[in-house]
Amino acid sequence: MTATTAPYAATPLRATRQPSARLRAWATRAPLLPALVFMIIVTQLPFVATLVISFFHWNSLYPKARHFAGFDNYREVLTDPDLRHSVWTTVLLTVTVVLVSLVLGLALALLLDHRFAGRGVVRTLLIAPFLVVPVAAALLWKHVLFNPEYGLLNGLLHYVGGPQPDWISNTPLMAVEAALVWQWTPFMMLILLAGLQSRDPEQMEAARVDGASEWQVFRYLTLPHLRRYLELGALLGSIYIVQNFDAVFTITSGGLGTANLPYTVYQTFYQAHENGLASAAGVLVVIGSIIIATFALRVVSSLFREEVSRA
Amino acid sequence: MSGIAVTLKKHRGLSIGLLAWLVGIVFFLPIAWMALTSFHSEADAATNPPSFAASLTLDGYRQFFGAGGGASPWPALINSAVASVFSTVCVLLLALPAAYALSIRRVKKWTDVLFFFLSTKMLPVVAGLLPIYLFAKNTGMLDNIWYLVILYTSMNLPIAVWMMQSFLAEVPVAVIEAAQIDGARLPTILARVVAPIALPGIAATGLICFIFSWNELLFARVLTGVVAETAPVFLTGFITSQGLFLAKVCAASLVVSLPVLAAGFAAQDKLVQGLSLGAVK
Repeated sequence: MTATTAPYAATPLRATRQPSARLRAWATRAPLLPALVFMIIVTQLPFVATLVISFFHWNSLYPKARHFAGFDNYREVLTDPDLRHSVWTTVLLTVTVVLVSLVLGLALALLLDHRFAGRGVVRTLLIAPFLVVPVAAALLWKHVLFNPEYGLLNGLLHYVGGPQPDWISNTPLMAVEAALVWQWTPFMMLILLAGLQSRDPEQMEAARVDGASEWQVFRYLTLPHLRRYLELGALLGSIYIVQNFDAVFTITSGGLGTANLPYTVYQTFYQAHENGLASAAGVLVVIGSIIIATFALRVVSSLFREEVSRA
Repeated sequence: MSGIAVTLKKHRGLSIGLLAWLVGIVFFLPIAWMALTSFHSEADAATNPPSFAASLTLDGYRQFFGAGGGASPWPALINSAVASVFSTVCVLLLALPAAYALSIRRVKKWTDVLFFFLSTKMLPVVAGLLPIYLFAKNTGMLDNIWYLVILYTSMNLPIAVWMMQSFLAEVPVAVIEAAQIDGARLPTILARVVAPIALPGIAATGLICFIFSWNELLFARVLTGVVAETAPVFLTGFITSQGLFLAKVCAASLVVSLPVLAAGFAAQDKLVQGLSLGAVK
């Protein structure tokens, strides 16, 4: 850019015929503006409204009783045992699902990195869980797999003479986690497989020639190379799973101690009509997300810079 | 060393292949079982132990499409198609120029702008859900599919801008400058020069936006009702279904997932890059 503008600046006579620098700058930005303005109106304004509502006592069944509450809603959210429990559930659900699906995804990616007959078919089989509509996947786990009487899990256990537990009642949170791990493992696998395939083959070959064992190659070459991809998978997974609504809503309807924050916020305003309280909980979800996002942006930007410097 | 270990070592390639196939089948099993169950009669679907050899029937699908007196899923499927297709078109129309400005014309502080787009994706949906609901209620936009189109556009726009800027970065700048010297204006450049070169990337972006819109539940659940109900909301009607309609539930889940499965398999290669916001190639 500077290279092309410099000659104009040096010859004022031509510069008068060119649009002014400010106009040119706006012309450059203009194509960006519709998207930018749209995003600010549709995503930022509602959040500001949420922030404002969070400082009011406001039950939508009693709209006349609306009044300023200061930090009351936040105090209530942070001290209410149910809401506090949903914070804990959110953390537990997110961390478990992300870690388990990341480890499984890594194992699968390492398998699929080898050449074998039908690799493309296996890859397609593995991606499929990620491509089932989330509500449908949750229904599948709830009714078709977990049902204590005719579910596939207990059906298979029947053949080996195993117990016939009621999965959702006995281990509700694990039931939700299992369904989410099944859906998210393919996503982790896809990212890590891309990471594996971007390794430098010459470097790998050199290490093998120098007599490094498979484990040493994995530990000292592959794993450090995968670090960024593992971080990226973990952070993107966290962003989506922290916000998960579909699985909790479908499998347990937030019951049995599985209500996470998004479900609780939904329930607080949609069923309990507590607008102020729901907004305060929503703001707290945002604060939690910002903490994750700060790390996420750092990781993405470092990957991004690497790409730019390569180009 | 035991005989098995020696054999495994000798046929390492083969055992890795077998293991991968085994894991692939285990992961796919729930879907395969759902597909099989959807073709069983309700009586055969709800048995323990499971009936593998039961006769096949289309009753589950007939039931789902409303033959048994239940509500027809067609309005919900059409609503989902409208919301997904129109929001995807809107996203592409907004994202293409934005990505062009960010990747080719290099707006000053362009990384900051990119990060702003990305950060909106990290703003949880629940953070704005109540005002969005109240606005719809007060303007009579509740249960209106076009309101959902606007929201889905905002939901997918950040991802689309990110993905596309990485695809557009591959368009040679010289080609664009040549078009500019020939006097082409922005819309012409986008439509005649940039879009054809970046077409595979734009198509993949569109497919991913389509998938996300088709899958979305929370907005649709809160903002739609009878008229604008989408397919995922229709599926939530099966949440409490006890036993009797297992084949119907399976048929419904498969039918609703079919467009996403098709789109996903079509975009397989670009899926990773898209879902990781263009950071992984």
